Amino acid sequence: MCLAIPGKIVEIAEGQNEVGVVEVTGVRRKVQLGLLSEDMPVKGDWVLIHVGFAMSKISEWDAAEQMRLLALLGEVDQAMEEVRGYGGEETRSETSGVSQAWPRLNH
Amino acid sequence: MRYVDEFRDPGLITKASEEIGRLVDPARHYRIMEVCGGHTHAIYRFGLKDILPQNLELIHGPGCPVCVLPMGRIDDGLTIAREPNRIFAAFGDMMRVPGAKGSPLEHKARGVDVRIVYSPADALEIARKNPDKEVMFFAIGFETTAPSTALTLMSAKKQGIQNFSVFCNHVTIVPAIRAILDSPDMRLDGFIGPGHVSTVIGCRPYEWIAKSEGKPVVTSGFEPLDLLQSIVMLLKQLNAREAKVENQYKRVVPWEGNRAALNAMAEVFELRPYFEWRGLGFISQSALRIRDTYSAWDAERRYSVPETRVADPKSAQCGEVLKGVLKPAQCKLFGKECTPEHPIGALMVSSEGSCAAYYNYEHRKSLVTTISAVA
Repeated sequence: MCLAIPGKIVEIAEGQNEVGVVEVTGVRRKVQLGLLSEDMPVKGDWVLIHVGFAMSKISEWDAAEQMRLLALLGEVDQAMEEVRGYGGEETRSETSGVSQAWPRLNH
Repeated sequence: MRYVDEFRDPGLITKASEEIGRLVDPARHYRIMEVCGGHTHAIYRFGLKDILPQNLELIHGPGCPVCVLPMGRIDDGLTIAREPNRIFAAFGDMMRVPGAKGSPLEHKARGVDVRIVYSPADALEIARKNPDKEVMFFAIGFETTAPSTALTLMSAKKQGIQNFSVFCNHVTIVPAIRAILDSPDMRLDGFIGPGHVSTVIGCRPYEWIAKSEGKPVVTSGFEPLDLLQSIVMLLKQLNAREAKVENQYKRVVPWEGNRAALNAMAEVFELRPYFEWRGLGFISQSALRIRDTYSAWDAERRYSVPETRVADPKSAQCGEVLKGVLKPAQCKLFGKECTPEHPIGALMVSSEGSCAAYYNYEHRKSLVTTISAVA
């Protein structure tokens, strides 16, 4: 539960208050942005997500590092299960394909 | 070191561990507590114990929300859920935690409508989609999770969703640290402060630990290098006879915390006069309850709560392990009656619990060693 999952904001819902769509390694889900209301992210920003709420803005580098950390901890599957579960949906159809939003490390 | 070659920069890891070796006084025994369960998990997973000096002991703290929840609260929540037309929603971590009359998962098998959610917002969504049912979200967690529950309750009120409530078990980390420092059988030299809790509360709430108790605190990230650097920072303070709060996890933790999250918590929650923690007993002002202005969404006021009190099995020593007095393997049930497959105490259920972490990485490793020694 202390897992924080890195994701890229790909959409800010129009008209809806403080809701956005993140992409985490190719899976897109709705997340709540209310905890960042004092520093709202924009499309293209990277965030750390905890229980469906974006809680910190981070750099793309840190997003990549966080994904590596989840891999080292053996928790990528668990994290992706959580992301897919956001919105109560349990679809597994979008796991294939090339990730559009895999964070890149620019050394 | 088993995993050292997977690390981002093995050179830096080696450098940090050598620095720790130089900084420790061989004549002294260091006891450092990592407060957060996520850190406990990482420390075992990375086998950091193997690269730390023998006289530097890491004590596992109370920062695992599932582990510190007294069994009676689970039974209370499930008692409410057993009534017709109710839906019990909780995080996956809760599902296998044993209550006196079974876990949430066992209740599901018996026909109770138990749903796993990954976000409190999704529990509210279930309520919106099921207007003929009453949905109760069984909320657990420290300050990392409490703001999300708060925002969800604010949405429920704003949208006028009446068939939704929260059974609030949110706890706060600082009073638990105080309780541990107050316990007479505990001697600690410093703290690795929690990572994600601190993104919400910032670093100031730990200042009394440095000022009044004279113990250094370093909030830390979760990477092996983060944890080793935090230990370096703690040792430098100890050697200089200093005690201050430092932030190793600056890339995520702002010193002042997250104001939007703190405001949401203040809007919805207030401190309970006291709350029971598994293993630590009753701690004053250590947990959150829902304010009067949100009472319509407070499951404890909406339903009658039996206030079950269940003593842990006498043979299980969860309390001593939770306080760091005993190591997991020193408990009489560890690895025998109590395993991750058949947990007796919550410390064996959650991956952040020190028993499960110890079992999965240390105990299994030692079994392999024993088997290969025999073969």
